[in-house]
Amino acid sequence: MIEITDVRKSYGNKHAVNGLSFEVKEGEILGFLGPNGAGKSTTLNIITGYLSADSGVVKIDGTDILTDPIKAKKDIGFLPEIPPLYLEMTVLEYLNFVYDLKGCKLPRKQHLKEICEVVKIWDVGNRLIKNLSKGYRQRVGIAQALIGNPKVLIFDEPTIGLDPRQIIEIRNLIKMLGREHTIILSTHILPEVQAVCDRIVVINKGEIVANEKTEDLINAVEGSRKLVAKIVGPEDEVLKAIRGLGGVKTADVIGKRDTDSISYMIESQDRVDIRKPLFYMLASKGWALIGLEGMELSLEDIFMRLVGKEKGKEDKKVKKGVK
Amino acid sequence: MFAIYSRELKSYFLTPIGYIFCGMFLVVSGLTFAQCTLLSDSKNLSGVSEYFIWLMCIFAILLPLLTMKLFSDDRRTRTDQILLTSPVSIFGIVMGKYLAALTVFAATFVVNSFNFVLLFKYSTPNAASILMNIFGIFLLGAAFIAIGILLSSLTENQLIAAVSAMGVNAAMLLISLIAGNIESTFWRTVLKWFSVMDRFTPFTNQMLDVSAIVYYISLAAIAVFLTTRVIEKRRWA
Repeated sequence: MIEITDVRKSYGNKHAVNGLSFEVKEGEILGFLGPNGAGKSTTLNIITGYLSADSGVVKIDGTDILTDPIKAKKDIGFLPEIPPLYLEMTVLEYLNFVYDLKGCKLPRKQHLKEICEVVKIWDVGNRLIKNLSKGYRQRVGIAQALIGNPKVLIFDEPTIGLDPRQIIEIRNLIKMLGREHTIILSTHILPEVQAVCDRIVVINKGEIVANEKTEDLINAVEGSRKLVAKIVGPEDEVLKAIRGLGGVKTADVIGKRDTDSISYMIESQDRVDIRKPLFYMLASKGWALIGLEGMELSLEDIFMRLVGKEKGKEDKKVKKGVK
Repeated sequence: MFAIYSRELKSYFLTPIGYIFCGMFLVVSGLTFAQCTLLSDSKNLSGVSEYFIWLMCIFAILLPLLTMKLFSDDRRTRTDQILLTSPVSIFGIVMGKYLAALTVFAATFVVNSFNFVLLFKYSTPNAASILMNIFGIFLLGAAFIAIGILLSSLTENQLIAAVSAMGVNAAMLLISLIAGNIESTFWRTVLKWFSVMDRFTPFTNQMLDVSAIVYYISLAAIAVFLTTRVIEKRRWA
């Protein structure tokens, strides 16, 4: 549905996007990740036709955005990082304007009502946009992207600045939209991607550092697993026993907050699950395991590992070159 | 294009800018008209001609109020993203905005033209001459609006857009005075060719000068074309 081939964009000497290539299949929700300044927004702006690439090809459903922009843009609904809202208009005035702007042919009243109900803004339809909360403005931004029922939806940081309840609602909404649309979701919040996306593309300095299914990527970068275990038992003996367990890389005490239990941080070796052996070992010694939780990797962890891998590869290449 | 035209037109009256422009234009123009014709000793065509000269100055100052926000505000608030990612050509976007400003100007100008009805009550002015002047000055206003839009597309700041448009309009009016003081015949001729005021002279003489009409329309067309190029270029920047 979306094909991006060797797209490049520079601002002066800085390469914002440097030879980016990836595809998004029909009905797929793609998470587009990267730190600030990685080139995410520039890429999305190129895909939507807001910016032109220095070179490369962007095709939306087989149509090149550069050679036939009007046709390609008809298939795209875009929510930029800052929703493009005219604050002096009411919600319905604004949506009617976007309906006309997109040259939508669907029955106006019914179509707009359906969208308003989906994003839950029907009750604020006659209110001025400037009087709406940030959450509602974000919803109006999503609503405008849905007008015309485009095949492709592109959301740039759709949950930024929202409260937790609103974030969950918007995520559920995107999930629901993913049943009928192809979606690119740009974000830097990992749980958002894990909750919503089928596949993840991670970029750094305008280049792709990972392009994998969500599960595969998380597993690939997780490598060793970190656990926090709360155990009731003599500290030194417990620590010694854990360290002696097969597959354990490191084990350390991280706190003694409860009256009789001690918290240990245990790191296992790559792709080894030590939860069962740990449980049986503690049970056999009569030490109570009263809590066990996995340490979830943050986007920063994943990103640092991916970039670290890339850097490692580059260093090897340089060394080979020197030899 | 019609969606943008319609939105911009409504926007003038959803914000104070439309009311301020209409109000100021009608008040200042009305007072000037009264001073030049009804309150002056000569209730004849010379007073009317003087009024049209003043009207040019009023256009130079007030028309930038209509154009200052057209593109600069979209850039500032990032609403240009919805325009440029929609299935509309850049020319369509520019024309939609241009025609909206032209409509507000034309509507105000039509209302303002009722001033001339008073002349017919107190004297017998030359109707053809007045109509020629109205036609000519409308073209001048249309050109000033296009220049204002071009300058609005160059900045995110409405104030800068307005002040620079006022400056350019004033300079185009003053070219005529500068040209008069230049000794070189070649440069004098070139400057006079570009002078919006000199181009207006045939209309005051009741002549339908095609070259003057083409000049004003060309000026507007070039400014509109340059505006589309500025926006297009920014996408490549």
